Amino acid sequence: MNFKSTIGLEVHFELKTKSKIFSPSPVSYGAEANTETNVIDWAMPGVLPRLNKDVYRLGIMVALATHSHILPVTHFDRKNYFYPDNPKAYQITQFFQPLARDGYIEVEVRGKKKRIGIHEMHIEEDAGKNTHGANGYSYVDLNRQGVPLLEVVSEPDMEDPEEAYAYLTKLRQIVQFTGASDVKMEEGSMRVDTNISIRPAGQEKLGTKVEMKNLNSFDHVRRSLAYEEKRQQQVLLSGGRVQLSTRRFDEATGKTVLERVKEGDADYRYFPEPDIAPYHIKQSWIDEIAESLPESPFERRKRYVEEYGIKEYDADVILQTKESSDFYDAAVAAGADPTLAANWLNTQVNGYLNENQVGIADIKLTPEHLAEMIKMIKDGTISSKIAKKVFKESIENGTDPKKYVEDKGMVQLSDVSVLGPMVTKVVDDNPQSVEDFKNGKDRAIGFLVGQIMKQTRGKANPKVVNQLLNKELQSR
Amino acid sequence: MNYLNENIDSLNKKLQDGEITAEDLAKATVKNIKETDKKINAWITVDEDAKPAEDLDFAKNKLAGIPIAIKDNIITNGMKTTAASHILYNYMPVYDATVISKLKKAQATFVGKTNMDEFAMGSSTEHSYYGATHNPWNLDKVPGGSSGGSAAAVASGEVVAALGSDTGGSIRQPAAFNGIFGIKPTYGRVSRWGLIAFGSSLDQIGVMSKRVKDSAEVLNVIAGPDEHDATVSEKEVPDFTSFLGQDVKGLRVAVPKEYMDAVDGEMHDVIQKQIDVLKDAGAIINEVSLPHTKYVVPTYYIVASSEASSNLQRYDGIRYGYRAKDTKNLLDVYVKSRSEGFGEEVKRRIMLGSFALSAGAYDEFFKKAAQVRTLICRDFEKIFEENDVIVGPTTTEPAFGIGEEVSDPIKMYNNDLLTISANLAGIPAASVPAGLVDGMPAGFQIMAKRFDEGNVFKVADFIERNNKFYEKTPTGMED
Repeated sequence: MNFKSTIGLEVHFELKTKSKIFSPSPVSYGAEANTETNVIDWAMPGVLPRLNKDVYRLGIMVALATHSHILPVTHFDRKNYFYPDNPKAYQITQFFQPLARDGYIEVEVRGKKKRIGIHEMHIEEDAGKNTHGANGYSYVDLNRQGVPLLEVVSEPDMEDPEEAYAYLTKLRQIVQFTGASDVKMEEGSMRVDTNISIRPAGQEKLGTKVEMKNLNSFDHVRRSLAYEEKRQQQVLLSGGRVQLSTRRFDEATGKTVLERVKEGDADYRYFPEPDIAPYHIKQSWIDEIAESLPESPFERRKRYVEEYGIKEYDADVILQTKESSDFYDAAVAAGADPTLAANWLNTQVNGYLNENQVGIADIKLTPEHLAEMIKMIKDGTISSKIAKKVFKESIENGTDPKKYVEDKGMVQLSDVSVLGPMVTKVVDDNPQSVEDFKNGKDRAIGFLVGQIMKQTRGKANPKVVNQLLNKELQSR
Repeated sequence: MNYLNENIDSLNKKLQDGEITAEDLAKATVKNIKETDKKINAWITVDEDAKPAEDLDFAKNKLAGIPIAIKDNIITNGMKTTAASHILYNYMPVYDATVISKLKKAQATFVGKTNMDEFAMGSSTEHSYYGATHNPWNLDKVPGGSSGGSAAAVASGEVVAALGSDTGGSIRQPAAFNGIFGIKPTYGRVSRWGLIAFGSSLDQIGVMSKRVKDSAEVLNVIAGPDEHDATVSEKEVPDFTSFLGQDVKGLRVAVPKEYMDAVDGEMHDVIQKQIDVLKDAGAIINEVSLPHTKYVVPTYYIVASSEASSNLQRYDGIRYGYRAKDTKNLLDVYVKSRSEGFGEEVKRRIMLGSFALSAGAYDEFFKKAAQVRTLICRDFEKIFEENDVIVGPTTTEPAFGIGEEVSDPIKMYNNDLLTISANLAGIPAASVPAGLVDGMPAGFQIMAKRFDEGNVFKVADFIERNNKFYEKTPTGMED
């Protein structure tokens, strides 16, 4: 029997604001527990939310970048439930009128383009964090309480784990390039929940949904969905029924594990948040944001391929993260040859990043230094061999390549008035090589070049030396 | 020291002339409260060491050195704030409500916190963890509620003015029952930052005082925009005292027949008398109809209780306030702390509100109530197209006896019939003493359109000048 899968994704992005959505507490990652909180975050009696309007701006950026329809009037609602990490015992979210609806993004899977719908996206506040100590106590850290989130809910348009993977990759790239979020899964600024159901091919009615929450990498998303697909098929083939439930992906075994069975939907008693007035989003403001929207990854790719003439593959590598693309753009802007810059970035720089397990933002090499080095290669000031040394120095110690080359006397020797007499002398001193050359042994020229290099300690410009040698040998 | 024959101007003059110092005033006030409160129990917390602000400037600040009573649902930094609930019996705030910051800037003196119905839910101040407050006109009667402590404190002369809060009549009804003035400003006129939330779309802080002018003085200080409360209007605040001492000639006064039909006998007569006085002074009296009046009580109890059910969830025994002992797990902490921490009336409303918001009931209850609320607002808008103020009785009856209605919630809820609409519509409304009915005070209610507190003060001041009710002394205080 053939089965068809139906997959939907709910992705939370932390919006990159300086302060929390409803309080002036700062937002940062990794601060000491409860140090970034105030009376609002603690839900002290009598406090009121104070909306940080920047969340609308950031949310609108993502809505625009995903072709979503922005609702003219949006408002917040309360979702009521008790939990110690939720101090008000309600979360302020958007239930009745989200920020935007009906968007889409385009993905390419196995060479085929597909449009995946975005059902809606809404703004909400994050909850705090509970930890359970070994001493029988539980602890609450409210630093994260009130961090703004944008939840992007897809349509159930994905039919296999690869499509889900492609959707996530594209969505992350789009959001990252707007600058609205850091999209770091390891820091929780991007979080993914999935749901999947299967049904026999030809059946209209969707199967029973299984949800998986807090998956911590794209790879886990793909693997857990693949596992679930098979598991649910086996359940159905053996005559069983899939339970409406939440499951967890176990990294060690690669399996999903039942967390809890759902018996109907929880009643969150949603109602409009009376402390925050509905917000009218003016078209003129949307236009203004659209105008100032950073260049999208598609636009950058087009520019790289069509204007700079670099390979599509190289462009895609550069565009994997906004940081690397920004680095590349800055290097080109500082005068680097686009093709050379792409090569250096994708091979040497990426190699260094992988080797040291760091991000491009953490290294000492600046785009300006990379550009300077590439310029020196291009105009023959340094050889590519020397360049590798210069690169190492710059990326490890942040040294200015030009200064380094000058200080270390690494400038390539191309001056004919210096090299000319050296070439004449070498030829004079090696009559056997002249003989070999005349007998058609090309090897002879290599030996002579080597002699010059030895004398100049590798600084001689090999191209110039070759030319001079050829000329000299012809004349004998 | 008691304030029965004082007002802010007279006190300000005495302080300015050095007839009394602010330190002595604070001490004398506390001393008198301790004495008087043996009879009326108007206070939850009294600060025995109450001191005035430093560097008092009597010329600049009318309220400098003058003790103001604060209802115990308004957050006061470093002064226990309980909302009259067991669940907050030990709650010590770490910040000030905006109204408190403003009063501090105006150099008022703080002597303590007044009694109220728990979380402002009630119309009698009987629903307090700290015991019932007694009406200074008759100690066997309730002072009304929920700002019953503030009202009794003013009426008995413990203070010259008090802050209250009004979600469905909680300033106006106790003002009426105690023979004093009380105003609920427009929703959005005074910041709610630091007001312990009950019904967030209805709650508003206001002022109670014997004299109309004193409330205008205090409102001048506490009104205005606040970055902490997004529902406060940016509108400029006029000097409310500038509306006093004017005549009412040509003023268009609407009298809803539903309001007059709700009262009879002496109550009807005493209200009608005030209307006649306005008429005689040249006001144009128009009988109007507020056709949705019959729906206001159910509408209000659904909206207010729904919001309350959500607002009161934060009292969970986790971060502050009462936590039950001998709990086995998290659910136990929640259930026991809340069951033991909240009083019966609060629990009733949490249940009612939780039900009204539940998935199966939302459309028929909360949503329907929100729709009816819109209709009620339209009733008012229509009347204000052709009228400046709406007047009528504040309550259908004068103060009832302690224990008389406490076991009959529906009867208790119906007390609010005439005051609720102003909260649902967000308009300013006040109660000014009209006279005595069976020896107990009766209140005359004045409402105006949003942000037109000016006309409310104008009419209230006119009524006060005419009937001079403030000359009467509460009859329940003699030994």
